[in-house]
Amino acid sequence: MQYLAPTTVDEAVSLLAGASGDCRILAGGTDLLVRMRSDMADPDTVVDLKRIDALKQITPEDGGWRVGAAVSGAEMGEHEGLVADWPGVVEATNLIGSTQVQGRCTMAGNLCNASPAADSVPAMVAAGAVARVVGPNGTRVVPVEEIPTAPGRTSLEKGELIDAIILPERGVRSSDAYLRFIPRTEMDIAVVGCAVSLSLDEDGTCTAARVSLGAVAPTVLLVPAAAEALIGTKMNDAALDALAAACSAAAKPIDDKRGTVDFRVHVAGVLAKRAAVIARKRAGGAA
Amino acid sequence: MSKIHVTTSVNGDPTEFLCDADETLLDALRDRLGMTGSKEGCGTGDCGACSVTVDGRLVCSCLMLGAEAEGREIGTIEGMAKGDQLHPLQRKFIEHAALQCGICTPGLLVAAKSLLENNPDPTEEETRYWLAGNLCRCTGYDKIIRAVLDAAQEMREAS
Ligand SMILES: Cc1cc2nc3c(=O)[nH]c(=O)nc-3n(C[C@H](O)[C@H](O)[C@H](O)COP(=O)(O)OP(=O)(O)OC[C@H]3O[C@@H](n4cnc5c(N)ncnc54)[C@H](O)[C@@H]3O)c2cc1C
Ligand code: FES
Ligand code: FES
Repeated sequence: MQYLAPTTVDEAVSLLAGASGDCRILAGGTDLLVRMRSDMADPDTVVDLKRIDALKQITPEDGGWRVGAAVSGAEMGEHEGLVADWPGVVEATNLIGSTQVQGRCTMAGNLCNASPAADSVPAMVAAGAVARVVGPNGTRVVPVEEIPTAPGRTSLEKGELIDAIILPERGVRSSDAYLRFIPRTEMDIAVVGCAVSLSLDEDGTCTAARVSLGAVAPTVLLVPAAAEALIGTKMNDAALDALAAACSAAAKPIDDKRGTVDFRVHVAGVLAKRAAVIARKRAGGAA
Repeated sequence: MSKIHVTTSVNGDPTEFLCDADETLLDALRDRLGMTGSKEGCGTGDCGACSVTVDGRLVCSCLMLGAEAEGREIGTIEGMAKGDQLHPLQRKFIEHAALQCGICTPGLLVAAKSLLENNPDPTEEETRYWLAGNLCRCTGYDKIIRAVLDAAQEMREAS
């Protein structure tokens, strides 16, 4: 195996485009090294992104934030401005693994690993985040939900990498939240995950919402019907019940050792209600 | 296969080693540098026995390539005692009998030291969450938590 550590994005792109054989991008390595160890990956070349300074930065952009692809979960949790604007995205990313894993893991790595249960992905999808994709043919901006196409697969072309995740401007009276169900309190994989991002008007009526579910389908789901259940309401019990029903209806999970279909369908609705209530409170609405 | 030459600092000492591109930092520490204090429990990031710091940040050395250590400052369990003088955490682990087989102990000590550097006065809950990535199959954790909280108190009083 060859280990390459470019110092600019252009250099990384040309290394990726020019590499023969199995070439992998290395961000935090918390998925890739586990795969290599368990013989599920045996790359000929690894391109480390962590020597590219621009990818280590969290930068204000168009009123929102550009989070470089090499920024760790721990660094996101320590960034006051990002936490204030997108507490749900940060809490979801901070749920990944242990303190040790937090020191390395990235949102872009979580996205490109393409696990249906990836914790930060529903939160990014609810936030309306986009991935900035750089490759031999230039730069394109892709909604986060269009990156994973199936478990372990992404829509990235050969030679392409994500250089940043861009979180949009957070308006007034707006916030987000992420909850997952796991049988333990730490260090486990989501049985169901749910993120809600919403905005309120001065009277506390929900004016905009995005709701996303993890671990209930081959890829993370954006659930427009769940958002519609909230928009235009004061998020009273009837609206929250409609939200839960829409999430349960959208969930198409499998039975496995972590949970049954029935359990996951039910929990998708329960988590959606709870996450919506947390997001409303954070947005300055009723507790 | 040609080896990679890595120049780094381990516990403040300038250090060089040669390693393979796919070799983990844990293997480089143990097999190239003979620093066998960091343990391999799982090799997949789950147990924390291999915990070290990289530029002050707690990480699993089994989830990092040796080549990634180039130019970084690595902190291992071998840097914890100053000569014969044990770190307060090490003393408290002995006093509270916070170890049995000892495989988890180096990783727990490195992780606990990193906790107290970030938060000199952690609650029990904060301590348990911070150390959730350090598994111990012997002690049942309670003595470990008590040792860390006791060391934290002693270190606060001493400072
Ligand atoms: C002990 C442990 C616990 C974990 N717990 C959780 C958990 O609770 N929740 C959870 O969601 N995950 C968990 N994970 C999985 C993992 O930590 C996350 O998926 C993490 O976010 C991956 O990020 P990384 O930067 O380490 O990715 P890497 O391992 O560096 O990369 C992952 C994949 O994405 C590709 N890639 C990385 N960055 C880019 C990029 N910028 N552009 C294109 N491709 C890229 C890589 O080539 C690789 O295929 C856990 C892992 C471990 C070891
Ligand atoms: S050996 Fe590294 S976490 Fe277990
Ligand atoms: S003392 Fe044996 S694993 Fe902790």
